[in-house]
Amino acid sequence: MKRANDPIFWLPFGAGGVLAALFGPALVLITGFAAPFAIGLGPDALGYDNMMAFAHNAIGKLFLFAIVVFFLWHAALRIYHTLHDFGVHVGTVLKLIIFGGSLVATVIAVWTLLAIGF
Amino acid sequence: MSASEIKTIEIEVLRYRPEQDTEPFWQSFQVPFSHDTSVLEGLQSIKDDLDATLSYRWSCRMAVCGSCGMMISGKPKLACSTFLRDFYPNKVQVGPLEHFPIERDLVVSAEGFISKLEKITPYIVPKEPRTIEQGEYIQTPLQLKQFLQYSGCINCMLCYAACPQFGMNPKFIGPGLMALVHRYNVDSRDGAREQRMELVDEEDVGVWSCTAVGYCSEVCPKKVDPANAVNQNKVNSALNYFGRFLKPQGGQK
Repeated sequence: MKRANDPIFWLPFGAGGVLAALFGPALVLITGFAAPFAIGLGPDALGYDNMMAFAHNAIGKLFLFAIVVFFLWHAALRIYHTLHDFGVHVGTVLKLIIFGGSLVATVIAVWTLLAIGF
Repeated sequence: MSASEIKTIEIEVLRYRPEQDTEPFWQSFQVPFSHDTSVLEGLQSIKDDLDATLSYRWSCRMAVCGSCGMMISGKPKLACSTFLRDFYPNKVQVGPLEHFPIERDLVVSAEGFISKLEKITPYIVPKEPRTIEQGEYIQTPLQLKQFLQYSGCINCMLCYAACPQFGMNPKFIGPGLMALVHRYNVDSRDGAREQRMELVDEEDVGVWSCTAVGYCSEVCPKKVDPANAVNQNKVNSALNYFGRFLKPQGGQK
């Protein structure tokens, strides 16, 4: 029997799905409405200085990492499957582009979060 | 319309008689029906009064046997529990279940399905053998609840006609049988989970061919919810995938 390798891609997909369900609507509300229109938040709530301080904090880093990376892997697998459902299966090439891209973006996210320091 | 009023509806049936037709074609019939006439009864009146050569499977006519699954105006349904009144005044199109080879008219070949059914160990293999004197296997209501829903499958194959993944890859075990795998795996009396999980984990065959479309559960006439069984087994298969590295050497295959 040839064991499927899908769990490698499915676990971050699942994590992203859970995080998206938990935090997605709140993020849309905060970044899309509350912050830009200053509803219940100060005008600088998502300003550069505040966000930089957030990214310097270890817990803030962890949050940003999870939100960026797992959302990304979730979207990657969803796009891959949706293409498959519509009859587009280029196999290895498509997989390399989608998941290779996600891997590169993950590395960039980690590097950036570490590079801005604590 | 009143319950006894007779009207006439057009039923289009996809015909294919391998000894004389080179390919399937649509044939139209004008069929009398009343408020309580099912699509199956419509087909029966075609066979009785209009064209005796029409072939289709049926048995119980009460959504228990799972024989009369067909594509009814493009959707996988049981002909016995679908009513002509819901299509009138439009015509209704009746075709064989999608994703299966047509044997004759509305009869499809279930051979692929049956050979998979044989592979999944679709019965309880006792975890610990008991003698008659020891009495029956006792289960708590909670243990019963674990599998009861998934034991409702009548093998009507509607979920296979609904599944785009099965349509593209006939090796995929598919929604219905995956629900049956789950039904036995979560039964507290069963001890054959490991051999069934080999199929669940297998590339192109197991649970990973599913892309979570969910149409299988929508068309299920018995509310088995195969999509849910498939999803739970993605978790199980992922745990197997990474868990095998934690097992003692020699424990893995």
